[in-house]
Parts: sequence; structure tokens; C-alpha cells
Amino acid sequence: MNTLFGEKKEGATKIVLKSVDEYPEAPITLGTTLINFTGDWRTFIPVVDDNKCVKCYICWKFCPEPAIYIREDGYVGIDYDYCKGCGICANECPTKAITMEKEEK
Amino acid sequence: MEYKPIRKVVSGNYAAAYAAKHARVEVVAAYPITPQTSIIEKIAEFIANGEVENLQYVAVESEHSAMAACIGASAAGARAFTATSAQGLALMHEMLHWASGARLPIVMVDVNRAMAPPWSVWDDQTDSLAQRDTGWMQFYAENNQEVYDGVLMAFKVAETVNLPAMVVESAFILSHTYDIVEMIPQELVDEFLPPRKPLYTLTDFDNPVSVGALGTPADYYEFRYKIEKAMEKARKVIKEVGKEFGEMFGRDYSQMIELYRTDDADFVFMGMGSLMGTVKQAVDILREEGYKVGAAKVRWFRPFPKDELYELAKNVEGIAVLDRNFSFGQEGILFNEAKGVLYNTDARPIIKNYIVGLGGRDFTVSDVKKIAENMKAVIEKGELDVEVDWYHLKR
Ligand code: SF4
Ligand code: SF4
Repeated sequence: MNTLFGEKKEGATKIVLKSVDEYPEAPITLGTTLINFTGDWRTFIPVVDDNKCVKCYICWKFCPEPAIYIREDGYVGIDYDYCKGCGICANECPTKAITMEKEEK
Repeated sequence: MEYKPIRKVVSGNYAAAYAAKHARVEVVAAYPITPQTSIIEKIAEFIANGEVENLQYVAVESEHSAMAACIGASAAGARAFTATSAQGLALMHEMLHWASGARLPIVMVDVNRAMAPPWSVWDDQTDSLAQRDTGWMQFYAENNQEVYDGVLMAFKVAETVNLPAMVVESAFILSHTYDIVEMIPQELVDEFLPPRKPLYTLTDFDNPVSVGALGTPADYYEFRYKIEKAMEKARKVIKEVGKEFGEMFGRDYSQMIELYRTDDADFVFMGMGSLMGTVKQAVDILREEGYKVGAAKVRWFRPFPKDELYELAKNVEGIAVLDRNFSFGQEGILFNEAKGVLYNTDARPIIKNYIVGLGGRDFTVSDVKKIAENMKAVIEKGELDVEVDWYHLKR
């Protein structure tokens, strides 16, 4: 399928379309998130305490970005390429396992 | 299969509902609004009676949501339909851009109704013409038959060029008035209008796409150009589909402007929708009285039939544009378009604007005759008395 963007996260680059004929007929895109890292908007960073986490995955459900994933051991991990630091996960976590900490850059 | 029409006496609204049924629409999302309501009531009845298979009716809380639901359904690959009127169409405005921008061939019937205030439910074209720049194609029906035929053709054109289309009928004059409509047997409709082949679908899980994602200044411009290319292509497709319709069912729609007795006409009346039926009748009477006049009914307003207007303008001394609509601060909308098309050409007949029938004001054969007298005088004098004539105004 004709798309605007590359397909692999590793080394994905934006394809620059040089002529109008290279554009798809409808403005659809595949894989914009592979190159648009929402993670660089952040001031605060969520930190998960596995000792308090009860694996309810409410944070996973509420995260507006593809930033929370479920690790092999069943606890949650955060993909900091995409976490924009909104704090929704910390607010929703019923056991207060997630805290928002000021990020040092 | 030989074509034998099924003749039914129906209102314009029922003609629209039957056409949607015969087009095998898969999703209808709509909100009731006068005078459109009986379209969706009839469709609901088809579903309740088990007369249609595979048709989902989504009852929504507003027209904005109706169009949003149609957009979702159409993006998923379904053939989607809705209907509205006036304030409801205005409420849909934002979503109309999403439908055309995402290149979704949704078909909608708009029952032309005046915008409030003052509150009005009567015929007036300002509601649909205010949606001129949304990227929707617009077909104006003269009678109930054209409502039925228009919906079927609109789907075919829309799905060929991947743009949405609006079929416009007038409030009460068509929507609630019963007339004979020749309907087409289902098998032949299926032959004319095969199932939709979408550009992409949201249910193709091997090729996931995101629709309506961000278009930066580096890319947005090209997508606008593609919409315009599709509109240009539509001019050709409309004529082909109209011709095919004529060959299959005997009613030819290959002209985007239907010409009536214009061959040797000194001047013509130009307009859209049901008022052109009155005009044609008046033309017959005026011809008997010695006036060399004709009628030019603009069927498709978007894409605008530029070439056909140019050909017409070359051969007449004057055009009286009858607008049942108005753009405040300027003039009648069809008049504005027609003048714009002709400015850079060598076809510059006298062109005068008559504002008629706003808010359902009666427009009759004797009105056309009075306009003919005035237009004749203007042409003889060789100059306009006024450019925009508020014809019915109580003075
Ligand atoms: S919401 Fe809290 S407890 Fe539930 S999975 Fe997420 S971190 Fe663990
Ligand atoms: S802070 Fe916001 S974006 Fe980051 S993981 Fe939590 S919910 Fe997701």
C-alpha cells in the first residue's frame, strides 16, 4: 500500500514525497507513530513501583499514547519514546503505584 | 433482463427512501428534521418490515453525529446514506469537510429549506449552497423522478471519484407532494450500481491505516489538489453515468445543464431545482406568444458545468438567472458563479439576477412571464436596469 511513512521503528525515516503523483489518493497514513515520538514533549515522567502494582492494567487502558505495555512478567512498562508525561496513568492507578517525577534531561 | 419500470405514486421523500433501498445502502445514520423526516421514517419502516437485509440504522442525537457515523461506516467500507435539511445541514457542516477530505463517497439527500430566523420550513436553496465549498458534489432535482434517479446516479459517481454527493430536493414542493415515479427493478439497479469498491477500509487488518492524521504544510496542499482533480474527473464521470442511465432506463442525464428549447432562443432562464418545472411550462406559453425563450436547468452545481455554460452563453443574447437563494453582501449564488465563469471568455451575454421564491414564496408561471418582459426590455436597451432584482419585494 502507498503510504506516507516508512514501516520500521528502527531507523524509520520520513519519506519525502516529491511529486503529487506519489501521494495516496486519500490522506491515509501508515506508521506515523514510528517517526513521531511524542516522548519529547515531557516535563514529568511516570515511574512505576512494581511492589505496589496489582496488574489491573487500568493505566494501560487509560494511557492516551501507545506508551504503556505489559512486560513478560505481567507488570507494566513504559515506553519513554511515546510517554508525553500527562500523568493520567498516575491519577488512575488505584494503588498509587505510579508517581510522576520531574525528569532530568 | 428487459427493463420494465415499476410505477409508484410517491412523495419526493419516499422516492429518496426507495432509491436508498434500491442502492442497497448498508448504513443509514440520521436525525429527524422537518421536512426530511419521512425519508428516514420510510427507511426505518423498510427495516422493521424485513424488506431490507444488511442495513444498519443508527439513531443519533444530532446531525453532526449522523454525519460522523456515516463517515465511520464509509471509512470501514460500507455504503452510507443520510438525509437532512436546513439547520440540520448547517450543524453537519464541520463533518462535511471530514467526509470529502477523507474521500468517502457518502450520499445525502438535503431537502432544501430556508435558514432561520425567521423560523421557516419552506423551500429555499441557501442551506445547500452554503455548503458549496465543502468538497461535496451537488445534484438538484426538478421532480420526484429526479430525486430517485439522482440518488442512484450520485452513488455511482461518488464511488467512482471517491467524493461525497448531495442530492437536493425542495421542501414540500417535492418532499411531500405525490407524483408518479418509475422505479427500477432491483436486479437492474444492481447491474447499474455494483457493490462499492473502497480505496481502503478500516477492516483490512493486514493493511492498517490511520485516517485523518496530521497533514503538515509539507503535505496538506497536495491532498487539496487531489480533491480538485477528483472534481474535474467527476465532470466526465457524471456525463458518462448520466448517459449510461439513459441507455438503461430511458431517462438521459448526460447533460449537466439540461437545455429546454434553447436552440434558437434570444434569451434563457437559468436556475436549479423544482422551480425549473414552472419555468419550462412558462417557456411553452411564452413561445406561443412569440417570445424566443428557453430554459437552462443546472442539474449539477458542484462540480460546476463550466463548459456547458460557456456553450450556452455563446448562443444567446441574455441569461436571466433565477436564484432561490442569496449570498448577503453580494448577489444570488448561481448568478455569481455564472458571471465568474464567463468573465474570462468571449461569451458575454447580458446576464441579470432575479431573486425569487425565498423562504417558500410562491413562484408561478405569471412570474416567469413578467421576468420575460423585463428581460426583453433589458436586452433591447442593451443595458441592465438593476443587476440584482429582488423580484417579489413588496414596494
Ligand atoms: S494501574 Fe497501577 S496497579 Fe494497575 S497495572 Fe497500572 S500500575 Fe499496576
Ligand atoms: S504519563 Fe500519560 S502518556 Fe505517559 S504513560 Fe502515563 S498516561 Fe501514558
